[in-house]
Amino acid sequence: MNTPSGAMSESLPGSEAIVPAEIPATRRMYWALRRELWENRSISLAPLGAAGIVLFGFLLTLVRLPEKLHTASTLAPIERQKMIEEPFDAAAALIMLTFLIVAAFYCVDALYGERRDRSILFWKSLPVSDFTSVAAKASIPFVVLPLLVVLITVVTQFTMLLLSSAVVGASGESVAVLWNQLSPFRMFWLLLYHIFTAHVLWAAPLYAWLLLVSAWAKRAPFLWAVLPPLGISVFEKMLFNTSHFASLLLNRFSGGGMEAVTAPGTMPMNPMTHLTPATFLGSMGLWIGLAVAAAFLAAAVRLRRYRGPI
Amino acid sequence: MASIEARSLRKAFGTTVALDGVDLHVEEGQILGLIGPNGAGKTTALNAIVGLTAYQGELRVLGRDPWTERDRLMRDVSFIADVAVLPRWLKVSQALDYLAGVHPRFDRAKAEGFLGKTSIGRSRRVRELSKGMVTQLHLALVMAIDARLLVLDEPTLGLDILYRKQFYDSLLNDYFDRRRTIVVATHQVEEIEHVLTEVMFIDRGRIVFDRSMDDLESRYLELTVRPEQIAAARGLKPISERQGIASSILLFDGVDRKQLDPLGEVRTPGIADLFVAMVGKQPPQTGAAR
Repeated sequence: MNTPSGAMSESLPGSEAIVPAEIPATRRMYWALRRELWENRSISLAPLGAAGIVLFGFLLTLVRLPEKLHTASTLAPIERQKMIEEPFDAAAALIMLTFLIVAAFYCVDALYGERRDRSILFWKSLPVSDFTSVAAKASIPFVVLPLLVVLITVVTQFTMLLLSSAVVGASGESVAVLWNQLSPFRMFWLLLYHIFTAHVLWAAPLYAWLLLVSAWAKRAPFLWAVLPPLGISVFEKMLFNTSHFASLLLNRFSGGGMEAVTAPGTMPMNPMTHLTPATFLGSMGLWIGLAVAAAFLAAAVRLRRYRGPI
Repeated sequence: MASIEARSLRKAFGTTVALDGVDLHVEEGQILGLIGPNGAGKTTALNAIVGLTAYQGELRVLGRDPWTERDRLMRDVSFIADVAVLPRWLKVSQALDYLAGVHPRFDRAKAEGFLGKTSIGRSRRVRELSKGMVTQLHLALVMAIDARLLVLDEPTLGLDILYRKQFYDSLLNDYFDRRRTIVVATHQVEEIEHVLTEVMFIDRGRIVFDRSMDDLESRYLELTVRPEQIAAARGLKPISERQGIASSILLFDGVDRKQLDPLGEVRTPGIADLFVAMVGKQPPQTGAAR
């Protein structure tokens, strides 16, 4: 037996070599986020893909643009504005749609996938708390993805604007009408406002619910996420012939909208004067939704502690 | 200082009792082998130690409660669950980046050094590596962490003999020093017995045997005896007896070597033989864990 044996009763001179080292919580959070982005490349690829499709489609319509602008100049200002903005709104809507889809799929898998592939045993063997892990995962739909989508949308729209200007300028028309209406700076703020009010803060309980189910489900998290709300809606309809729950869900999913802008259902290109952040922040519905979301996330943190590989 | 201190540790999954009152005392500097058949409770015990599972009873690991302080504890504890836990999408370089990012005691240069001895490329993903290479990678990561306690749960399961040998060799040569403690659970006993300082047999959620290797070597003897001397040998009260080729093999506890020498060939028993003798002879209990 030539291996070291027995208990070490005396303390070795080197035993103090392990000094307590600290890693700031922000740094752990940063790397936890990086890990999510490594694993889920669709977070950036999907909006980029959508932007690519949008630009390609837009290129095809450019041929008819000078003609269209010419027609527009004969219309009333309101009509003209609508006509010019239309492709830009459509581009924003399409890229925004990828946000909703990617965020939903991400959330459903975020805390389920690591248990299914047993990698949770690896992640939990490192000094990163369940809170940090869940916070990093939640910040994908709540912070990272919306910012990324807004950025990609604005860059796409700006590219569209440049392309339009080139075509319009080449045909000898004035590009001023385009740039007056579609200031990139304004587009950025409007989009940012729209996505964070309507699709992040207002819809927060939905994403938190998906994360909770993802932490809880032993199999088929997607079904567990969808079927209970659907069941409640059907039940309510059969028992009381009402659909409050369903319309509540739909309201959250579609961004509500009554509070954040004065003209509901309008696209984010509308002038900034329509925005009513004070009304939005003062609405009861927002804060109830956020409280529910916080409760769901807290439950997800707790569940992650108890749940092992499946 | 005790690295691990457990008193009447209990864990049940429904009606299945995985840990049935386990007492554990592991000192700093020990290498403990936790040996038991499948389903004996090894994994549950280790999971409790690294804060992956809740339990009843008392448990302190490096002075902390692993269940409530897992993330703090994991600065000083490393854990390899089994070969399949590294996420398949992870690139080798990402694994290094991530550990350097979150682990205060991770020495990246050291990990690069260990990886340099293997054929694992930095840009490879875990899914592209063979089972043996994944284990090499995990071991390189873990050995680069200056931890005080290393917990290994069947770390070489499913690997071929070369990788298994290499695994324990590098663990001993490049990692272990007397400030560290290692707990390793396995049912492949032969490869680790020369490594251990302590050995513990676990069966149906209970510790049935707990000795230091020194103690084990001085107390237990194995006698290979020819049929003509079997009666005399049996008179010395062996704790177990099995059949060899044209001979019987008897295991003795605390019998003087001088008494055994005339009866046949005497040697120190392997842990596997001891395990069969200690665990195998107990009648199966009804209602206990798998």
